[in-house]
Amino acid sequence: MTQVNRTKIGLLVTNAGVLSLVQDGGRFGAFSLGLTNGGPADSLAFYWANRLCGNELNTSAIEISIGGLALTAQLDCIIAVTGAPMPLSINGKPKSFWRSFSVKAGDNISFGFAAQGVRCYLAIAGGFVIRESFGSTATVCRESVGGLRGDKLEINDVLPYKQLASMKDKPRKLMLAIDDQPKYVNEVVLHTVLGYQRRHFSAIEKRMLFSSEYQVSKHWDRMGYRLQGRPIKADIEGILSEGISYGAVQIPADGQPIVLLNDRQTIGGYPKIGSVISQDCAKLAQLKEGDKVRFEPISISQADNMFHLNLAQFNKTKLIVCD
Amino acid sequence: MSQKLMSIKINDNIRLEIAGENALMLYFSQHGHSQKQITAVVNQDINSNVQQATQLIKKHLSTDIVDLIPSYASILVMFNLLEIDHHHLKNKLKKLLANCTNQLSKQGRLIELPAYYSLESGQDLPRIAEKAQMSIEQVISLHQAQEYRVYAIGFAPGFAYLGEVDERIAMPRLASPRLKVPKGAIAIADRQTAVYPAQSPGGWNIIGLCPIDMFNPEGQPTMPVSVGDRVKFVAIDKQQYNALLGSTLGGNGSISQNSGYSI
Repeated sequence: MTQVNRTKIGLLVTNAGVLSLVQDGGRFGAFSLGLTNGGPADSLAFYWANRLCGNELNTSAIEISIGGLALTAQLDCIIAVTGAPMPLSINGKPKSFWRSFSVKAGDNISFGFAAQGVRCYLAIAGGFVIRESFGSTATVCRESVGGLRGDKLEINDVLPYKQLASMKDKPRKLMLAIDDQPKYVNEVVLHTVLGYQRRHFSAIEKRMLFSSEYQVSKHWDRMGYRLQGRPIKADIEGILSEGISYGAVQIPADGQPIVLLNDRQTIGGYPKIGSVISQDCAKLAQLKEGDKVRFEPISISQADNMFHLNLAQFNKTKLIVCD
Repeated sequence: MSQKLMSIKINDNIRLEIAGENALMLYFSQHGHSQKQITAVVNQDINSNVQQATQLIKKHLSTDIVDLIPSYASILVMFNLLEIDHHHLKNKLKKLLANCTNQLSKQGRLIELPAYYSLESGQDLPRIAEKAQMSIEQVISLHQAQEYRVYAIGFAPGFAYLGEVDERIAMPRLASPRLKVPKGAIAIADRQTAVYPAQSPGGWNIIGLCPIDMFNPEGQPTMPVSVGDRVKFVAIDKQQYNALLGSTLGGNGSISQNSGYSI
């Protein structure tokens, strides 16, 4: 590997913050060993961070939940931060999200705390140089897999990256127009495709799910969001343990829905009524206790349309060159 | 909503159901029962059919598929929305699996896992013995007597679902899961048994400790068992347990010590 990697020069963590994790696009192909996907909880903000840095979309970045992370750059670099707004400063001077900018060796990058939303993403031009485990750098703390040592960032960790001088084409400085930036709110509609054990929920139970408002309970994390509201009953208590997809809506015996996200267990035995579409899971992952959601049923064909429309929208949105 | 499109019969044994935006679920049952309500049936032949279908999908649909989660009687098929849509994938699966029906299960490898059963290492042994109205020694002997099949791997890295334990020592999960179950804990939940690959929260009933690493990220293989293998527990004493702690099992089932890796 490169000199940079051996000597471990990069972004030095001077304050780890609440929960700061290395994430790439996620770990796929290791389900047979029981390893979950991990990956960015808000994939849209993550992709924007990489696009602003001129990176491949799945390049490793840092997911900063709630805030408090502080770093010192040990080499010149270009970074971009996207996602839930947190006060960001370089050497004490405020900086904007949604644009790439230069950071000099010795500069201090620091984050305050999110007032709206939960997670933001710091990407670096050229990407971090981190060893993959099972084909990915995605950190899943519960599994002790990914990141630097299978855990969240800690003080004095160093995230190595490629030196700008060694990059063939230095990326342009880019920004995303304000109107194109995602907005972070306290209420989200979760479009849901019925499936799995849907037959074990009566028409009335389904109607109740889709006509009630739910609140995010105090149990919310990268594994899943436990909601509170009108209980939904299945006509079975448990099922033979089976695979769980991203966004699956699990209904345990107490009837309070749990939407399972990136770090979910791969197999489980609670009934599931369907799955929330991926773009809404990313929005859900920006909510915290007390925020509100509603479920709305859609067909798998509508879900397919929404996925492709969303992707087309992302691809056609132009970044503004600002260097 | 197009309700009709949601559930498809592939053959007498396999039913296809939607799971999510990029996921379909294949449910397996015994001959002729695929359209009925699927009850929790743990069955070797069904599980063999799952394995067979898993291999077929891996072999023929690898460009469309992101990953598969085979379990007792189902396969979650997660597909790449940039490569294929649910409609075309359904048709491909229908064609591919039309003749994939129940087969007698093949004999998998026999893997022996050492087990240190004791009151010290198996805190729930007295409760199981009480419920079964037998001695702790009898509980241990029944757990050892059975040859288990690896039905599924999942929940956590290296967690292998083994079945089925003798009905007499079946035990429901704890009402409230423990915050910490030690690495290597051998445990029972209903008629399933397993070895916890790492320290984790868990609600299964602990009956002993296994010194073998069930998940070794640096190892070749990563896990000592695969789906379809047969597993037997062999009792060891505390001294043997300490000597074997952290060992790994080779591909041929032989124990190699001092892996030096511990999660």
